[in-house]
Amino acid sequence: MSKSPEVKLVNVPSPNFVPEKDAGKPLVLEAAHLGIDFGGLVAVDEFNIGIGATEICGLIGPNGAGKTTIFNLLTKVYEPTRGTIMIGGRDTHNMTPVQVNQMGIARTFQNIRLFDKLSVEENVKIGLHNHIGYHTLSGVFRLPAYWKEEKKAHEKALELLDIFGMADLANVTADSLPYGAQRRLEIVRALATGPKLLLLDEPAAGMNPSETEELMNNIRKIRDEFQIAILLIEHDMNLVMGICESIVVLNFGRIIAKGTPSQIQGNPQVIEAYLGTHRG
Amino acid sequence: MNIYKNASVASKKAFLNYAIVILFFVVFQTLVNTGSITSALKGQLIPIVCYMIMAVSLNLVVGISGELSLGHAGFMSVGAFTAVIVSALMSGASNSSRLFVSILVGAAIAALAGFLIGIPVLRLNGDYLAIVTLAFGEIIKNILNCLYVGIDDKGVHFAFNNPNALGMDPLGKEIIKGPMGAVGIKKIATFPAAVILLLVVLIIIQNLVNSRTGRAIMAIRDNRIAAESMGLSPMKYKMLAFTVSASMAGAAGAIYALNISTLVPKKFDFNTSILVLVFVVLGGIGNMTGSLIAAGVLVVLPELLRKFSDYRMLVYAIVLILVMLVTNNEKLKGRLDTFVKKLGMRISKGGRKK
Repeated sequence: MSKSPEVKLVNVPSPNFVPEKDAGKPLVLEAAHLGIDFGGLVAVDEFNIGIGATEICGLIGPNGAGKTTIFNLLTKVYEPTRGTIMIGGRDTHNMTPVQVNQMGIARTFQNIRLFDKLSVEENVKIGLHNHIGYHTLSGVFRLPAYWKEEKKAHEKALELLDIFGMADLANVTADSLPYGAQRRLEIVRALATGPKLLLLDEPAAGMNPSETEELMNNIRKIRDEFQIAILLIEHDMNLVMGICESIVVLNFGRIIAKGTPSQIQGNPQVIEAYLGTHRG
Repeated sequence: MNIYKNASVASKKAFLNYAIVILFFVVFQTLVNTGSITSALKGQLIPIVCYMIMAVSLNLVVGISGELSLGHAGFMSVGAFTAVIVSALMSGASNSSRLFVSILVGAAIAALAGFLIGIPVLRLNGDYLAIVTLAFGEIIKNILNCLYVGIDDKGVHFAFNNPNALGMDPLGKEIIKGPMGAVGIKKIATFPAAVILLLVVLIIIQNLVNSRTGRAIMAIRDNRIAAESMGLSPMKYKMLAFTVSASMAGAAGAIYALNISTLVPKKFDFNTSILVLVFVVLGGIGNMTGSLIAAGVLVVLPELLRKFSDYRMLVYAIVLILVMLVTNNEKLKGRLDTFVKKLGMRISKGGRKK
């Protein structure tokens, strides 16, 4: 496994820290005291995170720890019961998932949610939707703006698909793709919306080791090329330890540890959460 | 033919539909001109085209937007009665301009009705649209049953439930008489005009579907949560599809009304809405070609089945079931698809030789 060199984490003016290279830049995302209750159940509580402009951050924890719930909170699928989420310094209180996306957060889903009956290219073009600049009427009457913008979108879609070498699959319907390719298409589609922060929910699920290796390189490539931040949930520890600059560990809805990969690997609480306590 | 070869699959399908409509027009117009068509069928030509418009417009909601609407006849009636009033008001103008303006206003008022219904309903996620449109169809029918409209020198007079409340000049004319419906409509609709309207509707729907907007509508249909996370507002695009569909039903109603002398509100009841839904389902959800053919065949079928007299609707139902069985048969479907593909290849090959 190719491992990224470990970076130094520095404190920023808040309870959070970010990689040294992002210290001077504003945070892409900052959540403070975030929490949500479902009925009487406290699903997430006191969740604090700050993500630097080009940081790759991992969110890990045992099953049912609340990782996907946090993604749903950050993208406003759920409205948090407590706490605040700031995107690029703006409070997202009462915003919809649509507005959150337009502010620069895009995501993939743990249980793949592609537009099944549409082609791969159309899926990416839907991601590009808000960057395709023609009006509905130009589309209905096939005005020059339609042809120009559709051509641009077509080229852009193929260019994005090419990151994962999927350009030749452009005309295949999304539901006929193999599982791994569907996951990759979800990443391309999210990337097409032009985010500042990409949330990846188990991007390597169902992939074999060589596919995972390729995915790691691609995640790094995306970060470097687009200069965006990435927050990912993953159970594959090789991937998490290999590409994440910082890691947040969650258990029972609460953060139990935060730090660099080596700090996390040596943290007794994390080992306890994953393996249980030693008795007797 | 070069254009045909280079076009995408979607635009090939679109051109096939235009070709079907034009062929349909040429065949029947020739039959009418040569007088080799029964008067019963001749009278059915404009209604057939109207129901084709109804079917493709409902397909935009049911097939493309993925919402169920059970009150499409309601929008048709809004367009129809609006057109009757507009046409009566324009008695001085030429037939073609009367027709044109009536259709336009009918479509606009129907679109407004669709928009107003959409505001509360399309915010919700689920089958609420089906329930509300069902209610709308019934409500609008009952309102029209009580509506009295008259025109005199001073303009249009409306009354509800009581024809004496119109307060017209003695010379004024009642044009809509409650349950008796609109009477004395001047028949200004023509078969060519109806076909042109159908073509316009097809062009608008198919261009809409194959554009940025259509992709957004289909994305919301396929996966609402993912579409939202891509920055697409479900409300906005469902509303657009629903309003466009309602306006087209209004246009169909307008041309339908201006083809008959007496129009009763009862015509646009729940059965009519379901009939249009049957065209859409039978033709294949999301399949415009299917809608056109299903509407054409099923409007004529009851007439053709007249010799079965009492058993007419029974045979009609059996035909529906058979068609459903056959079109859902994978083997048959596969053969049909290869046949269509071969046909398409032959056409493009024929073009290459030239």
